[in-house]
Amino acid sequence: MVGKVLDRLRMGLQKTQAGILEGLSRSIKGHRTLDEEVLDEIEATLLQADVGPETTSKIISRIRERGRREKMEGLKAVKKVVKEEILAIMDSAPTADMSHSMSIPRPYVIMVVGVNGTGKTTTAGKLARKFGKEGKKVLLAAADTFRAAATEQLEIWAKRTGADIVRHKSGSDPAAVAFDALSAALSRRTDILIIDTAGRLHTRTNLMEQLKKIKRVLGGLLEGAPHEALLVLDATTGQNAIPQVDYFNQAVGISGIVLSKLDGTAKGGVVIAIRDRLSIPLRMIGIGEGPDDLRDFDPSEFVEALFGG
Amino acid sequence: MFELLSEGLEQVFRKLGKRGKLSESDVRNCLRDIRRVLLEADVNYKVTREFIERVGEKAIGAKVLKSLTPAQQVIKIVYDELTYLMGGSAVGINFSPAPPTVIMLVGLQGGGKTTVAAKLARYFRSKGKSPMLVAVDTRRPAAVEQLRVLGLALDVPVHSPDANTDPIDICTDAVTAARRSGLDLLILDTAGRLHVDQEMMEELVKIRERVRPHEILLVADGMTGQDAVNIAGEFHERLGFDGVILTKLDGDARGGAALSIRTVTGKPIKFVGVGEKVDALEVFHPERMASRILGMGDLPSLVEKAQEAVDIEKAKELEEKLRKETFTFDDFLEQLRQVKRLGPLDQLLDLIPGAGQVLKGLKPDERALIRTEAIINSMTKEERRKPHIIDGSRRKRIAMGSGTSVQEVNSLLKQFSMIQKMARKIGKMKVGRTSRPMFPF
Repeated sequence: MVGKVLDRLRMGLQKTQAGILEGLSRSIKGHRTLDEEVLDEIEATLLQADVGPETTSKIISRIRERGRREKMEGLKAVKKVVKEEILAIMDSAPTADMSHSMSIPRPYVIMVVGVNGTGKTTTAGKLARKFGKEGKKVLLAAADTFRAAATEQLEIWAKRTGADIVRHKSGSDPAAVAFDALSAALSRRTDILIIDTAGRLHTRTNLMEQLKKIKRVLGGLLEGAPHEALLVLDATTGQNAIPQVDYFNQAVGISGIVLSKLDGTAKGGVVIAIRDRLSIPLRMIGIGEGPDDLRDFDPSEFVEALFGG
Repeated sequence: MFELLSEGLEQVFRKLGKRGKLSESDVRNCLRDIRRVLLEADVNYKVTREFIERVGEKAIGAKVLKSLTPAQQVIKIVYDELTYLMGGSAVGINFSPAPPTVIMLVGLQGGGKTTVAAKLARYFRSKGKSPMLVAVDTRRPAAVEQLRVLGLALDVPVHSPDANTDPIDICTDAVTAARRSGLDLLILDTAGRLHVDQEMMEELVKIRERVRPHEILLVADGMTGQDAVNIAGEFHERLGFDGVILTKLDGDARGGAALSIRTVTGKPIKFVGVGEKVDALEVFHPERMASRILGMGDLPSLVEKAQEAVDIEKAKELEEKLRKETFTFDDFLEQLRQVKRLGPLDQLLDLIPGAGQVLKGLKPDERALIRTEAIINSMTKEERRKPHIIDGSRRKRIAMGSGTSVQEVNSLLKQFSMIQKMARKIGKMKVGRTSRPMFPF
């Protein structure tokens, strides 16, 4: 089982890797030293991976700087430096460790948030599966009362993963669902409560207020709740991911990002810019539609996979 | 929409505007900035490069350098190129001379296909078509249910299959069903799939071969980054499509994907999704989008919107009332509702030239409208006609009834009496042919 999961991750990441590695190999072929042409090609590769102009130019100027001091000859040496510089960004931000804090409060309350269509409900389902397999008692809360049939979708995930579910009628107050779910979690001695919220564009002020209210209600009932607010980000998203994360973070305090749909051709490089500019860590990656296609994120593994050995 | 792209370019142009004449290095600097702006807007790297080259060829040269207003010329060149890149004027849907016309929606997961399906059904019904929605997505949990609920709310028939029905059979059955019921438009909501999923892409090809849809539309997320060219390119190559619907453009996404997809596939963007509500669908106008990108605002859009929402007959009636000084709270409520029909306030502001800059950071309070409506709704019929009878205790009752405060009721009454005064003045003047509702906000 674990082997299969690793294969899927590798498959998912390989597609990411192929893009960047390909570009980089092509660019450096024939060049012995780090000249402006090579730098341009590295820049092109990073930009096409959605790293974005600001963080890309930061990385490029660091590499250029190092090129003046160090001798870089051949593809391998240049790639090593590129990797190191990206890793420096990914590592310089604080990483929260879910499994560490997980042992303390019970129920451990996780809010799943994000813009429309990134895969929040699917991620909530996959999280239920993950914790269920660890022997935890999981409760799902269907707090997306807006999108038609979102509750039904989560219900199917609950059945699939053997988790309990708390739901209200469509159109009801999501904060009330959250309240009921947390009350139920407290009385049923649930280990993990996962709250699936409605997708909302981060620019919709009133909907962001609603999200704050859900958080307030949870905190009022159980001190410290929610313990996590995970933002689900679509790997195909471009630079708009930065304001997305920024606004959601301001509203509810994002503890980490789940990067979904990494099994396509999108490189998800914007997470590097997010780490660089907002210091919000990437926590998990979604690499498929199956219940087990959710993986913990490891920065060095990710960068390693991005740029190859 | 496209706000940040506009903002960035505005900055670039402001820089240019301060100089009398442009040197070649000015143009180069300007182009470097435009490049960065486009990249930040998620315009594909290669598309950006081509764009910059094209603008550069036109801008660096005698024409611009000798010009009296070089900045204006660069703006015009960038604007022309953006319009060109997004492709000509608006393109509609091809309807089959032998109904039913079949529209097939395809795209990645989470792009908004199901929502778009409902929006299209509503849109074309308002144009006199009889649509039917077809739930082909048997894969995503509760996707069929989602479309069924949306159809029910719109009162549009939904062809929903039994579990485990083959997607191709669902589509052919739906065509038969539509023919039998005399419906002339079928909208196929297919399952979201990754463009690299060979098996799933093959399924779409099979549906296309069997059903022969008249329009295949790619539904793409307006927030998509560099990968937009790969996604659209792959769907175009494997399946082929006639146009694109770009969704989620009501946020602050810079929408560079619009430029990228158009450039790479040559297919037009036909509609844009601008909100979660079923009426938040707009016909795509490349030239308007280009002027938005350049921060020139979008007056034509606003005018069209206003015309759609404000009933001309009602406007005439109102004008009459203003003349006769019989403007009441009921009329006021009617106006409010017309304003609301125009769409979310912040979207309206985007359409006003310059408003983006002036009102940056100022979010119009949608709820103020709702509260005002609630206050009026809590008045009796008599109170609405004769606001002067609303005394202290009535104010208290209205505040209680509407869940607001006496202060809010007071301020509304004050606003209203100002409007009445204005109305009297206007009534005494000769009112022209154009009558517009007045927004007291």
